[in-house]
Amino acid sequence: MSLPTTAELTGLYHRMLRIRRIEEAIATRYAEQQMRCPTHLCIGEEAIAVGICAHLTVADKVFSNHRGHGHYLAKGGSLVGLLAELYGFAEGCCGGRGGSMHLSDLNAGFVASTPIVGGTVPVAAGYAWAEQIKGSGNVVVVFFGDGCFEEGVVHETLNFAALKKLPLVMVCENNQYSVMTPLNERQPARDIYPIAAAHGLNATSGDGNRVEQVHALAQAAIAAVRAGAGPQFLELHTHRWPEHCGPNEDDDLGYRPPGELATWKLRCPLRHTEHMLRLCGVTDGDLQVMEQQIGVEIDQAFAIALSGRRPDVISMTHHIHV
Amino acid sequence: MSDVMTLSYGAAIREALDDALARHPDMLVIGEGVPDPKTIFSTTQGLRETYGAGRVQDMPLAENGMTGICIGAALAGMRPVLVHQRIDFALLAMDQMVNNAAKWCYMFNGQQKVPLVVRVIIGRGWGQGPQHSQSLQAMFAQVPGLKVVMPTTAGDAYHFMLNAIADDNPVLFVEHRWLHHITGEVDKRQPAAGVTGAARLRQGNAITIAAFSHITIEALKAATVLAEHGIEADVVDMRCLTPLDVETVANSVAQTGHLLVADCAPEMASIGHLLISRLYQRQPTLLKQAPRLVAYPNHPVPTSHFLANDYYPGAEHLAAAILEILDRRPLITSVCRSLQSTLARDQPDRYFVGPF
Repeated sequence: MSLPTTAELTGLYHRMLRIRRIEEAIATRYAEQQMRCPTHLCIGEEAIAVGICAHLTVADKVFSNHRGHGHYLAKGGSLVGLLAELYGFAEGCCGGRGGSMHLSDLNAGFVASTPIVGGTVPVAAGYAWAEQIKGSGNVVVVFFGDGCFEEGVVHETLNFAALKKLPLVMVCENNQYSVMTPLNERQPARDIYPIAAAHGLNATSGDGNRVEQVHALAQAAIAAVRAGAGPQFLELHTHRWPEHCGPNEDDDLGYRPPGELATWKLRCPLRHTEHMLRLCGVTDGDLQVMEQQIGVEIDQAFAIALSGRRPDVISMTHHIHV
Repeated sequence: MSDVMTLSYGAAIREALDDALARHPDMLVIGEGVPDPKTIFSTTQGLRETYGAGRVQDMPLAENGMTGICIGAALAGMRPVLVHQRIDFALLAMDQMVNNAAKWCYMFNGQQKVPLVVRVIIGRGWGQGPQHSQSLQAMFAQVPGLKVVMPTTAGDAYHFMLNAIADDNPVLFVEHRWLHHITGEVDKRQPAAGVTGAARLRQGNAITIAAFSHITIEALKAATVLAEHGIEADVVDMRCLTPLDVETVANSVAQTGHLLVADCAPEMASIGHLLISRLYQRQPTLLKQAPRLVAYPNHPVPTSHFLANDYYPGAEHLAAAILEILDRRPLITSVCRSLQSTLARDQPDRYFVGPF
């Protein structure tokens, strides 16, 4: 397993920090009641999106799910497009038709996120199938959660992906909860990735809160796809910090065992990476500059997004068909 | 080969797929049994031999997953034609058809498109029973974004299929199994009456019969016998559920003043009801008498032919309804007697010996 260089690690940290600060800014402003759509924040899970997407070109494609801000941003999706979408403005990446749970930025190769559990998994495989038929050499990545693995359509997709040796990387973000239902009430006590292996995929698991580990696993998986080895499956363990949907914490509800969230916060992907960077000689000053740059970008992006215009009501009937 | 030929409906679909595969290099045909020895009632016969296993494919028994996969392929520029031998099987794919295919263009603000054709076969007979002969097309028509077409004639089957494949939107192509063997003229140069909306198959001034798919054939039979009694029916083949062509029906009713709608689906929430409702809301004064709807009963189809025989309305039911609307009840007995089929109603023609 090859570890990232200091420069690479700095870049990974920057992208994770950017996603964290964007999600925090959304959470802060959510209370203003102007972002009027269900919003699933990915705070605590940033390392997976960043570690995977670091190996993708713009021409490679990403599909995602309801908790998709991190994937969208890590793939290079427009920040203003995201924020304007949350506000329901015409300048949103989907013109306000999607909101937080339906994102797309084709310029960045982020094809789509949708919120039906498992909904984008076969679509991503079909996209990969077309890339294979066309011989484009592009890789398709689909992000989904542990709950998604319970859906039949995911197993249908695993079967077909293996059958056709599709250029597809399936990334299972195992955060142990489907909404508030723990994994042990939904699946037997076994790992997820060996089932993907039984379907015929190359499958492995790793620590989704260690960006250098995600980065290394993704490098191997994506290189294997590019070399024609067929679909790869990564089960990456992580944890969501905020409530399932919305801007707040919800540890008071008691569905997580006492101390679980606190333990995962100690395993914060950002804090871990910051520690590694300091060992590599990155200084407080370097990190402060990074924070400042990100803060300015976010403030500017909100300002631009908030100057958006309301979509014309008549446009509601557009695009039912091409 | 001539541009004008006489083909069965099934052969016309095969011909359209063949011509479309030649025309669209990105087109795929995929479905359970597509390249098998029976080739979807011969509608995909020879296609794999001509266009190769990469473009004409069998598939895993995974209707929902494969629908999603075809949607993804369509997003990436392919033109898949996905085939279900029974519409009943497409129920497994409702999530992908309704949540993804139908909405993708809309929810991503017109930036992406899904040029997907889903062929589904509805139908009846020979004991297909509760789970192999449903007529669920109205369920799909209810979903904004899905186009639902159900041509009746061989010529329309050819042109509607070509049109569906060239369409950049998802199209549900509904084929009644009993239409597959009926022959008609296919003029490749141009469709007889366009490739959208309804078509008048017969002119008449006594009553309008607006019919969907196979029951249009029954309507034509009824019209022929009624004409012997001086009752000339105007027969409109609806051809599309979406868009529903109320205008053509209204134009006909403006001349006839009477309407019978014949739907090949259960009565409950049928498109036939919608047609009557829209027509009445549009021009309530057009009708001289209350319109009638003849449709299937609101219970599942039994397998036993002793039972299924009475499930399906035929030409005699349509004729009886027309004679009631026109207050010509004394004719019902003789007209219906001459319309009664000598075949069992689970058998499309005397050459049909099962099992499908």
